[in-house]
Amino acid sequence: MVKKGTVYRVSGPVVMVDGLDAKMYDVVRVGSENLVGEVIRIDPDKITVQVYEDTSGLTPGEPVENTGNPLSVELGPGLLMGIYDGIQRPLNELMKKTGDFITRGATANALDRSKKWAFTPRVKKGDTVGPGTVLGTVQETETIEHKILVPPKVSGKIKDIKKGSFTIEEPIGSLADGTPLRLIHIWPIRQPRPVTKKLTPELPLVTGQRILDALFPLAKGGTAGIPGPFGSGKTVTQQQLAKWSDTQVVVYIGCGERGNEMADVLKEFPELIDPKTNKPLMERTILIANTSNMPVAAREASIYTGITIAEYYRDMGYDVSLMADSTSRWAEAMREISSRLEEMPGEEGYPAYLSTRLSEFYERAGRVQPLGKDDIGSISIIGAVSPPGGDFSEPVTQSTLRVVKTFWALDAKLAQRRHFPAINWLTSYSLYQKTLGPWYAEHVASDWNEVMAKARTILQEEERLQEIVQLVGSDALPDPQRLTLEIARMLREFFLQQSAFHEIDAYSDLKKSYRLVKAILSFEERAKDALKNGAPINDILEMEAKNNIANAKFTKDDEKLLAETEKEIQKELMSLVKAATV
Amino acid sequence: MASLNVKEYKTIDSVAGPLLFVKQTHPVGYGELVRITLSDKTTRLGQVLDTSNDLVVVQSFEGTRGIDKKASVRFLGDVIRLKVSEDMLGRTFNGRGEPIDGGPAVIPDAELDINGATINPYARGPPADFIQTGISTIDAMNTLVRGQKLPIFSNSGLPHNDIALQIARQAKVRGQGEKFAVIFAAMGITYEEAQKFQREFEETGALERVVVFLNLADDPAVERLITPRMALTAAEYFAYQKNMHVLVILTDMTNYCDSLREIGSARSEVPGRRGYPGYMYTDLATIYERAGMIKGRKGSVTQIPILTMVGDDITHPIPDLTGYITEGQIVLSRELHQKGIYPPVDVLPSLSRLMNQGIGKEKTREDHKQVSDQCYAGYAEGRDLRGLVAIVGEESLSNRDRNLLTFAAAFENLFVRQGSHEDRDIETTLNISWNLLSKIPESELTRIEPEIKKKYYKKEKQ
Repeated sequence: MVKKGTVYRVSGPVVMVDGLDAKMYDVVRVGSENLVGEVIRIDPDKITVQVYEDTSGLTPGEPVENTGNPLSVELGPGLLMGIYDGIQRPLNELMKKTGDFITRGATANALDRSKKWAFTPRVKKGDTVGPGTVLGTVQETETIEHKILVPPKVSGKIKDIKKGSFTIEEPIGSLADGTPLRLIHIWPIRQPRPVTKKLTPELPLVTGQRILDALFPLAKGGTAGIPGPFGSGKTVTQQQLAKWSDTQVVVYIGCGERGNEMADVLKEFPELIDPKTNKPLMERTILIANTSNMPVAAREASIYTGITIAEYYRDMGYDVSLMADSTSRWAEAMREISSRLEEMPGEEGYPAYLSTRLSEFYERAGRVQPLGKDDIGSISIIGAVSPPGGDFSEPVTQSTLRVVKTFWALDAKLAQRRHFPAINWLTSYSLYQKTLGPWYAEHVASDWNEVMAKARTILQEEERLQEIVQLVGSDALPDPQRLTLEIARMLREFFLQQSAFHEIDAYSDLKKSYRLVKAILSFEERAKDALKNGAPINDILEMEAKNNIANAKFTKDDEKLLAETEKEIQKELMSLVKAATV
Repeated sequence: MASLNVKEYKTIDSVAGPLLFVKQTHPVGYGELVRITLSDKTTRLGQVLDTSNDLVVVQSFEGTRGIDKKASVRFLGDVIRLKVSEDMLGRTFNGRGEPIDGGPAVIPDAELDINGATINPYARGPPADFIQTGISTIDAMNTLVRGQKLPIFSNSGLPHNDIALQIARQAKVRGQGEKFAVIFAAMGITYEEAQKFQREFEETGALERVVVFLNLADDPAVERLITPRMALTAAEYFAYQKNMHVLVILTDMTNYCDSLREIGSARSEVPGRRGYPGYMYTDLATIYERAGMIKGRKGSVTQIPILTMVGDDITHPIPDLTGYITEGQIVLSRELHQKGIYPPVDVLPSLSRLMNQGIGKEKTREDHKQVSDQCYAGYAEGRDLRGLVAIVGEESLSNRDRNLLTFAAAFENLFVRQGSHEDRDIETTLNISWNLLSKIPESELTRIEPEIKKKYYKKEKQ
């Protein structure tokens, strides 16, 4: 095998190489600056490589060396609280080495080689272990106990295993056949990690976001797509989910997005406290940041780097959520590389394999029984999509819709009137609603499903009535329908709208969500009765007490406030009826 | 890359659009700077776009007019650099960074690669310092912060240049007297427009803190591809090496993108939407992402790119891709302009993503966020109702709707409208909003918390 070749042609991130033997997706080092690249095409006499760094100055004739290994990530303790670029170079280490700007050819190990971890074994000499067996544990952060797993494809009898402090490369023991055991192992990013079996997702991913939890729930191990034009709040929604979802580990991929946004996440996450563990959210988070001005090939890799790390924590039996912001930028990276390869383009210039790649990615989500364990782990994928011009008929949105089970459609019109989260309640859907229904009935309120169904019906009814109002004005509607319009408005403003930036409103637990809807619907009941008993509709519509329901969003003790409000409403309605009957 | 053995090649194989295809060269680096010498001894600059052992593709920044196969090509073994120094302040350069104001050449402090380097996201400081522009629609509704990139989406015939100038003139960070240094990069604008900027800078005495890069409408189109990079290189020099706060105005990005398309089609690349190259997102990102702040350094780069929306279409690839990269956008409206309202900012599609970081109790005022949300909601609903009134008349509206209709009109006339030299501080702006909001019954202001209403609502009513 010829391990060395020379650069023949350079065109942006795509480099053609002469005289090199390589397998597809082998990692190569290009040029005198040792730029990282990956083999993406093999022709009779040339190899094509995509380079993960800027190629300015690279000249034909410079050397290229094949490492013979596929692009891989390092898995082991120290991943959490990390911030990596698309090919798992730790950005904080790079900064120590090359300063505030990223220079080419910079390298740094993904995991700290010198840090010692206290390892407690769970197996003993003579035990038979196989792929996925927990060898022992390391307390990675205060919230997460890192389980050291036997890597897939390794098995045997334990010859020795030690308790104590180790760096990730020091052997913690060995197998009978001499295979050393370490805290770290390596896994190629384009290859899904094997599992014992896949299970049906049947538990909800509780997000603290009212519209999602109540109307369009996502299951743990499920997939969701959030498409929306720019400025409709994709990133804020993604960040809310990263902050408040009830999963143990969060992988957040900033794929081709803004540098300032990543800076903001880096500032905010360590300050935010996880409501369940009372520890900083950062302790359960891994960030992958490949901003839009970083090399496009590394952007393509970032999605795989993220999902592989997520799979690793899933294999320990944890629930992991993965946010990819934005998959459109990922698709564009594929398009850019594909066009440099002069491949025949598919729809809108995207490569023909776009939808295959997207479904392969989403298929790595799921609720599974990992290798060698009875525990259950899951990965929920939430992918943002940025359709050009907000047009959902474009290839990335359409290909995404074919695979995801939950669809949260962001709407520019709602965002413009600062209705946030700007998720359209008419076009969004969740296919998990039915499977999750029993859980909600059992754990939140027995009539949860009926109440939410009712709310949904009213919102749909509003859409129909609005069409009439556009033609004839609301005065021309019969009284009960005018009441319906008002109830729908209350649902929108007092329930669906939620401020991501308000200390209390940012997270709404399921019981509170339920109480808010219930309060609005019980007002409807009472108002209907009052209407029947002669109370004038205009007076009901202009009642002030009902607007107090909105304040419940911003208070901790919403139960008390809602109870008081209900009493007040009742009193006011009674006096309206009285006045009418006199 | 030694520059001593630089050879001249007379091996131009073909010329297409702004591109030269050169054969039989020594190994040439990707992105290298090229000097082309024509038969009449004039020279032009270019850059390597594609390189291989057999063929090198060169784009000429000054076009290919007059170039024949006899022209000679010299590869300079280096990337394009800008000579920078503090003496640049107050000077005017062409789109290639050469002084055109008759003054002496800049004695360089450094020569910097105009492509810059990516700021490590980990090194970035989160932008959070409120910039008061004195324009209510920006300060209250779409707040600009230091280190942000906030474009103006405009159209032909709208006063985007006046707004950019007003921002450049009035922008300040409260509590700090320090003025912004302004880097102004013009791409393909007319001589007349350029003159207006120049005159304005001179009149206000701002010229001594302004650097101008001019590529006018009759200058080579391909040169526009390097003009913004020149400007941003200068900006980064002043921000990160000289600790200054820099405001960069780039106008007009639409011309930039058209030049990008020209190169793409000359290379017969597979075009994306509307013929723009598929890598336009990445290319624009390498410009826009050069805004920001760096932890531990004092300076900052704030960008205000201006672009015209072809046919008022916000979904056109240029505004669309820009909007996906920048942190918001200020959208100008022809309708407001025709009503005689300056600045004609349509707040509904406008947005500042970094607003929440820059406002609030210690930065502007505690009520800022909620007042802004309430104004948005009220104005949006009021504008919708106008459509309804046109059909059914105002009589059939409810009281609530009538209030909103009045609010929307007052909002445009008293809040949006202001003078081009009127510098409103944030308190004035917020107080105007309260004057307008106080005409709506207090209980209907559902976006505002009770305590805040208590403090501001009644007080402003008197």
